[in-house]
Amino acid sequence: MLEQIEGSKAVAKAVAMCRPEVIPAYPISPQTHIVEALSAMVDAGELAPCEFVNVESEFAAMSVAIGASVTGARAYTATASQGLLYMAEALYNASGLGLPIVMTVANRAIGAPINIWNDHSDSMSQRDSGWIQLYVESNQDAVDTHFLAFRLAEQLSTPVMVCMDGFILTHAVERIDLPSQETVDAFLPPFEPRQLLDPDAPVSIGAMVGPEAFAEVKYLAHAKQLQALDEIPRIATQLTGALGREQTGLLRGYRADDADTIVVALGSVLGTIEDAIDELRDAGVSIGAVGIKAFRPFPLSEVGAALGRADRVVVIEKALAVGVGGIVSHDVRIALEGEDSRARESRPAVHTVIAGLGGRSITVASLKKVFEDAVAGRLPALTFLDLDSGLVERELARTRASRRSGPHAENMLRDLGFVDPNPNPDPV
Amino acid sequence: MFAVRIHGRGGQGVVTAAELLSQAAFQEGRHAQAFPSFGSERTGAPVVSFCRVSDREIRTREPILEPDALVVQDPTLLHQVDVFGGLSKDGYVLINTVFDFEELGLQEWSAGFRRERLLTVPASDISRDYEPYARANTALLGGLASLTGVVSIGSIERAIAERFGGAVGVGNVEAARACHDFVSAELLELAHA
Repeated sequence: MLEQIEGSKAVAKAVAMCRPEVIPAYPISPQTHIVEALSAMVDAGELAPCEFVNVESEFAAMSVAIGASVTGARAYTATASQGLLYMAEALYNASGLGLPIVMTVANRAIGAPINIWNDHSDSMSQRDSGWIQLYVESNQDAVDTHFLAFRLAEQLSTPVMVCMDGFILTHAVERIDLPSQETVDAFLPPFEPRQLLDPDAPVSIGAMVGPEAFAEVKYLAHAKQLQALDEIPRIATQLTGALGREQTGLLRGYRADDADTIVVALGSVLGTIEDAIDELRDAGVSIGAVGIKAFRPFPLSEVGAALGRADRVVVIEKALAVGVGGIVSHDVRIALEGEDSRARESRPAVHTVIAGLGGRSITVASLKKVFEDAVAGRLPALTFLDLDSGLVERELARTRASRRSGPHAENMLRDLGFVDPNPNPDPV
Repeated sequence: MFAVRIHGRGGQGVVTAAELLSQAAFQEGRHAQAFPSFGSERTGAPVVSFCRVSDREIRTREPILEPDALVVQDPTLLHQVDVFGGLSKDGYVLINTVFDFEELGLQEWSAGFRRERLLTVPASDISRDYEPYARANTALLGGLASLTGVVSIGSIERAIAERFGGAVGVGNVEAARACHDFVSAELLELAHA
């Protein structure tokens, strides 16, 4: 049924249709509306049987999810930013134990400086945690991907993170098509756990493993993710049939087949990129986009095939690997190395553009300028979209001028006139 | 595509207003996208909300930099925030105040714009006629429907009633209708002036 509804509420409804049995959660913006809506549904008896556990931290949220999952309950939680970092240790336990927990990450920057706005720093920091990571483009995609996530997680017995841009998607109200409960029930069978703490058939879960088998157990987690490269498109095709809406599996191209320049991105920025591409196409520029949905596992051969014939690739990244540059770009380069249809020297050049950090708007105008620079051969290997380099230079000058130049964040806000220029006036 | 930007302060309901506008457009079978100025919703702080209405799917996620219409719910923002930023010369402006543009000191600013598209309306006063439930945010939506025609007053009324229901719904529907009629009368007067 079509509804004009907030992204968070739509996701909560979709999760409820997946019949989770335990939801441990701790509030953090911009994720809070999701678990608030779920707690209200549990309270009203609309989502039953389900235990909503108000925990004291994100570490506890993931730990309770782990405990619930090993007893055979379908477990779900949601978090963001510092909350995801706080559950980092438990994330590795969930994946290492092979527990099919599904979690929404409402993507938000990581401090310091403290910032509640959107970027991908949080989920990218857990890139190697062993969780499958799926990035959604829109709120409809967010809704549909949760159905896929539960099915995928339980099929492979591995945890799945659904990453949706905080505020940009979670707080946007738009048209959503929610399927019927019957449709979801037919698509998502009841959870059949691969391992179970059952008093009638006692087992232990979580053995200490020494050098004799540690690598092999870890290898299995990798093997499962490689299996997911086959499963994700297969499940996406089935979901397309169930919902009657085209689902993206690992990645999706937009006017990319014949494009000399291909833009790569993850998440909600793809819509803005598509608008920019249409305008450039109208002006005769050969440009397209590839949206990567599955970041973990990374679909190396599919990305290589999608980008291999382009002259250049521009990766728009909402996170920064400090000291190197791009995170997604690194994987894109590996994908292109594996694409041996072209000689090394004729492979596409990969440009990294760090954009949208801490909620900085990514506009069609700025994107078009970057794409035009790329086409004209003016784009460096690493750039920062709309970076106020004057602001950076002035702060660097202050650090050179004085040993005790003070905190960067406060200095730079003062420079911009966002805070009192004279914070410690002489007493009158 | 028709883009509306609403300026107000945290607690005045500008985010709700943008959502209601999107729901009114949805009632008409159109695509609409409403979203807040992310994260700054503190009571009393300047808040901006956005709504795009289109006959086609809306893909962009950038904030509305060049609005077709501006609603200023709190006139104390006029000289504090660049509320008019990006407004085209054909743009619509609706300001919640008992004063006119001249009295607000906006005579000079408004010179390049289409006079019949710039209106002030005492939406707070109008909504007080429907106490205790009505608020200026919903009243202004009625005014916006009359000024721009982006959605019908009927759709606004349905969106408000569905959102709030009961006496709150009724009060806000009546305020929206009253503000709509006020703006319609103003427009008629301007046309004959």
